[in-house]
Amino acid sequence: MSHRSFVWLCLLPLAVVTAAFFLLPMARLVVTGAGGPQGLAGYLAILTEPRYRATLINTVLLAAATTIVTLIVATIAGMFLQRHRFPGRAVLIAMLTFPLAFPGVVVGFMIILLAGRQGLIGDFSNRLFGEKLVFAYSIYGLFLGYLYFSIPRVILTIMAAVQKLDIGLEEAARSLGAGPWAVQRDVVLPALAPAFVASGAIAFATAMGAFGTAFTLATNIDVLPMLIYTEFTLAANFSISAALSVGLGIITWFILALARSFSGSAVAAAG
Amino acid sequence: MSAQAGHGAAVRIDACGKTFADGTRALQPATLDIARGETLVLLGPSGCGKTTMLRIIAGLELPDAGGRVLFDGKDMTPVPIERRNVGMVFQSYALFPNMTVSDNIGYGLKIRGVPSKERAERVAELVTLTNISGLEHRRIDQLSGGQRQRVALARAVAIRPGILLLDEPLTALDAALRDRLRSELNRLLRALGITTIYVTHDQSEAMELGDRVVVMQKGAIAQIGTPREIYFTPRSRFVAEFIGAANIVEATIEDRHLVLPGGRQPIHCDVNMPAAVAMIRPETIRVTSAGSASLSGTIDSISFIGDRQRLVVSGASNRLLTVDAPNTLRTRPGERIGLSISPDAVRLLPPES
Ligand SMILES: Nc1ncnc2c1ncn2[C@@H]1O[C@H](COP(=O)(O)OP(=O)(O)O)[C@@H](O)[C@H]1O
Ligand SMILES: [Mg+2]
Repeated sequence: MSHRSFVWLCLLPLAVVTAAFFLLPMARLVVTGAGGPQGLAGYLAILTEPRYRATLINTVLLAAATTIVTLIVATIAGMFLQRHRFPGRAVLIAMLTFPLAFPGVVVGFMIILLAGRQGLIGDFSNRLFGEKLVFAYSIYGLFLGYLYFSIPRVILTIMAAVQKLDIGLEEAARSLGAGPWAVQRDVVLPALAPAFVASGAIAFATAMGAFGTAFTLATNIDVLPMLIYTEFTLAANFSISAALSVGLGIITWFILALARSFSGSAVAAAG
Repeated sequence: MSAQAGHGAAVRIDACGKTFADGTRALQPATLDIARGETLVLLGPSGCGKTTMLRIIAGLELPDAGGRVLFDGKDMTPVPIERRNVGMVFQSYALFPNMTVSDNIGYGLKIRGVPSKERAERVAELVTLTNISGLEHRRIDQLSGGQRQRVALARAVAIRPGILLLDEPLTALDAALRDRLRSELNRLLRALGITTIYVTHDQSEAMELGDRVVVMQKGAIAQIGTPREIYFTPRSRFVAEFIGAANIVEATIEDRHLVLPGGRQPIHCDVNMPAAVAMIRPETIRVTSAGSASLSGTIDSISFIGDRQRLVVSGASNRLLTVDAPNTLRTRPGERIGLSISPDAVRLLPPES
């Protein structure tokens, strides 16, 4: 057997697995999406049908908000945790990264405990203002859940990136007259840009597609995964749910590609 | 400020010591005055506290309680580096990777709010001065080591600092480039005429660049003086051996003579001593014929260096003696030679060091 054909033979299992579990279902999904009464125009319905379009925009906004707030919170926390030594630091890091292990259902459950009808926040506001503040079952509860979900992941990435920052660059900027804010703006943030793109992409994709948390909180939250679920199980609308799935994938992929190319120059320069 | 800007500030370091949080005593309390426009070199082996001293002057480290840093008589100790108006060249250069060469050079001016037209003029001026024309729009990772060094210097000088601080700016470069950039740097520093503190572990760099040299040893100042002073009149064995080549001779002094295995060497010293330590530079020893000489030895080996030859002589002193002889001298290993040394060239050192 020649060396070349040996390599091909080794690739065969990978090809089979890829085809069976990835390409075929995907192709089937794409075909199903076009298999409704409107045919290919079923895909167009994602954008033209007001309910679908509103859900789509909602989901993208929610994911974008999650990503931005996660990045802000995680960058400040990660920078502080990496740069300072204090008693209890290890415990704090362990606690912050603890939710990594939780599935969406548990996160949803915790949001209900926090902001649900019997939740802590409700109790508290009831005592203070005589009114129960409940937002667990809305998109705000979901937003909180996604933050809870994303922050630990992003903090870890940011901490690793902060550790690799060259302190000399910050000192050089200061020697040239840069105050704390200018140092952050001109030196630290550009150097962290690759970490922002990498961890932000994961936070965004997770928030676009996560289902467990939403499902635990309520069935009528207007986000794409819930819409797909209801179209699929309740309305048995296979073609629309398939079209929505493909749309979800493409939109997520497109926005991530956009973010990557947008920050591309910064990443290249900082690399 | 502007009247003095061309020549910078006078610096006084007053009883500045440094003990790091982990207990490392990096610097014994030291006091030092640096005149306006002077180039002072901090010289010493790695780990002796040079960088720590520089960082205290820069404002990147606080001295231990009681220490003060003064610029033109003004106490700067509590002032952070961003408000000290010092230009700093770091050992690693620390150029901003997300900016071009001209953005790096102009950064300090931009922070100071200098309008972009004026900024561009100043950057162009420095690009010419440091000889990096044509590189203005390059990214930092597209530069060679020597080019980076020049950009780092241009960036530090652009802000017209009161004091220029350089931490081993040539150490990262290869030997040939280092020699070339050293004389270029020398010319540039002279032209700028600004107060400069230059850290190095290379004694020839210190000699060429320094108006005065501070030799440091284990966190303390061993000697301060002009290059000539520390070369010709070292105050300790450490300084003698660290600066240039030195023969250290241990002998008794009798009758204004060092009593050596190879004979008697006249010196200027009126007291008799049982155990004296003296330094003799290799180039001050003249080779004569063995017969008439009061001090003689045998040639162990010869290395021909080009402009001179270095002889290693045994039997004259209690240990091998290095002698720099003219390159025309015809001699060979095993030959017996006389050594003629002027009493002026023998420098007594304190014995304990
Ligand atoms: N941040 C620090 N914490 C603890 N020890 C330090 C720190 N910086 C330097 N040192 C120690 O202080 C001593 C002097 O260091 P340094 O000033 O960098 O020496 P040099 O520049 O002469 O090589 C060394 O022993 C070094 O290990
Ligand atoms: Mg150093």
